[in-house]
Amino acid sequence: MNDMSQAAPTADGRKIGGVLMEMKNITLRFGGVKAITDISFDIREGEIRAIIGPNGAGKSSMLNVISGFYTPQEGEVWFRGQRRQPMKPYEVARQGIARTFQNIALFDGMTVLDNIMTGRLTMMKSGLLAQALWWGRAEAEEVAHRAQVEKIIDFLEIQAIRKTPVGRLPYGLKKRVELARALAAEPKLLLLDEPMAGMNVEEKEDMSRFILDVNDEFGTTIALIEHDMGVVMDLSDRVVVMDYGKKIGDGTPAEVRANQDVIDAYLGVAHD
Amino acid sequence: MVLPDTLLFAMEAALNGLLSGVMYALVALGFVLIFKASGIFNYAQGVMALFAALTLVGIQQGQVPFADLIHALTGVEMHGFGWTLPAVVAIVLTGIVMIGMAMVIETLILKHLVNQPPIILFMATIGLAYFLEGLGDTMWGSDIKAMDVGLPQGITGWIDESTNSLFGYGFYVDQLNIVAMVVAAILVTALTLFSQYSKQGRALRAVADDHQAALSVGISLRFIWVLVWSIAGFVALVAGIMWGAKSGVQFSLSLIALKALPVLMLGGFTSIPGAIVGGLIIGVGEQLFEFFVGPLVGGATENWFAYVLALLFLVFRPQGLFGEKIIERV
Ligand SMILES: Nc1ncnc2c1ncn2[C@@H]1O[C@H](COP(=O)(O)OP(=O)(O)O)[C@@H](O)[C@H]1O
Ligand SMILES: [Mg+2]
Repeated sequence: MNDMSQAAPTADGRKIGGVLMEMKNITLRFGGVKAITDISFDIREGEIRAIIGPNGAGKSSMLNVISGFYTPQEGEVWFRGQRRQPMKPYEVARQGIARTFQNIALFDGMTVLDNIMTGRLTMMKSGLLAQALWWGRAEAEEVAHRAQVEKIIDFLEIQAIRKTPVGRLPYGLKKRVELARALAAEPKLLLLDEPMAGMNVEEKEDMSRFILDVNDEFGTTIALIEHDMGVVMDLSDRVVVMDYGKKIGDGTPAEVRANQDVIDAYLGVAHD
Repeated sequence: MVLPDTLLFAMEAALNGLLSGVMYALVALGFVLIFKASGIFNYAQGVMALFAALTLVGIQQGQVPFADLIHALTGVEMHGFGWTLPAVVAIVLTGIVMIGMAMVIETLILKHLVNQPPIILFMATIGLAYFLEGLGDTMWGSDIKAMDVGLPQGITGWIDESTNSLFGYGFYVDQLNIVAMVVAAILVTALTLFSQYSKQGRALRAVADDHQAALSVGISLRFIWVLVWSIAGFVALVAGIMWGAKSGVQFSLSLIALKALPVLMLGGFTSIPGAIVGGLIIGVGEQLFEFFVGPLVGGATENWFAYVLALLFLVFRPQGLFGEKIIERV
């Protein structure tokens, strides 16, 4: 296992660019419940941005707003310098934003390979008629996409389970296949909702390594939600801290760790 | 070869049962497609077959749609365009109508019912069934029509001859049933190839498996619904052609859906091979049961045999022969 501390974001010379995504004054309500209250933050090109906070803080809701699964009542979403109109999840996906889910959403009936191939569906060009008439061309396209998918499979070290139906895999591997499917879309922005939840220490270390490698080798911008403070500190460039739907901290891991509000939230100081 | 008469008759009955089973399977297939992709039990599948058959006959024979309505409203008498189209052209045009229908269904019904429980969608398809029934009537009239797309009918010569020379008794098999078998085989092969190897087929399987995940990889559910209902409409057209050729295009055509129900209970609601095998079992079972048991109970067992068999399955194997085992999560 590689030593996490070596991946300290400041020391490795990765380029962090301009603002890729900006959330401005987002408020999201479910009936009377405010899941997100007036939160603003940005995600820069090439960085690993963590969203942390206690259970029910609104972290998943925020990711769902970014990926179009939830539409906020107030606020603006800006992506690549343009204000984004309310969008369906599939439209967001086609803009180059891929995601994984806290509770894993895979196609259980399909093999690992087929699952990952679905990540490239929107990149496939041949229409229905073309596929019927020019079978050869469609096949050549399929082969090209297949080659990309095989690279990702190698990258995430899941060669051995390529043909296994996903429903039969253990939890940790499912999480990895879900990451593979998201990567297959070659996203500009990758959203990971608790990629390490429910994993043992070794699996967590593997997953951390993959996340760092993805960011490093493909330059993919990543926003991730994580519970484990230690993991977050090792992985991320900047951290947003949420509590009860509000933003209580934002900055580098070191800054956030020193923030009194954050310490209170994490130590469970009474909220009243 | 000399076989006892009873055995020969039973073989003939079984063979015919097998082939009419294919006809049941054709109808069941339409249900499976929609149920698998969206969990909707489409009550209107039978009426869709009727509507497709009516439209096909109407287009082929140059009938003016809504002729009676136009007459009643404007006094203009306009009953025929005066053409007879080649069957292929009429089938293609009807196919386009069925795709249009899928789009309208998506826009007017499905779009507004996303995330509603299955029972709501089921009710909506009941409404759809009655609407389509009325629409078909108003558009094309309610008289019984003959379906003439050039399918061969009558005794199949080679089967008659070969069985005659083999057993000294020629089996009677309707050519239409043979055609149905070939058509069904082509249809299932095409559907399988589509679902396994095309981009849209993969998207379809993805949606059938997990909506949320499908959305996250950029699949538009609305597009998939139109696609699924178009395919189901096309399958309904095929079933409508075969059943229309067999027994005329009339209201009772929509009742073939009732025969699809026991097929689905046997084969499972989510399995295409299940629909085929279920159809075959019911077709053969029905004929053999009538042959052996019918005379003892006064005949006409084919009216209820399929349902009793389905009932037994409901009790002992509710997921059907091929359906996914239903395991309640706790
Ligand atoms: N679809 C939903 N409908 C109603 N309430 C929701 C929904 N999603 C989230 N919430 C509520 O929003 C709040 C934040 O939830 P969530 O974003 O899942 O928190 P976290 O991911 O930080 O644990 C919770 O009170 C939760 O009950
Ligand atoms: Mg969450």
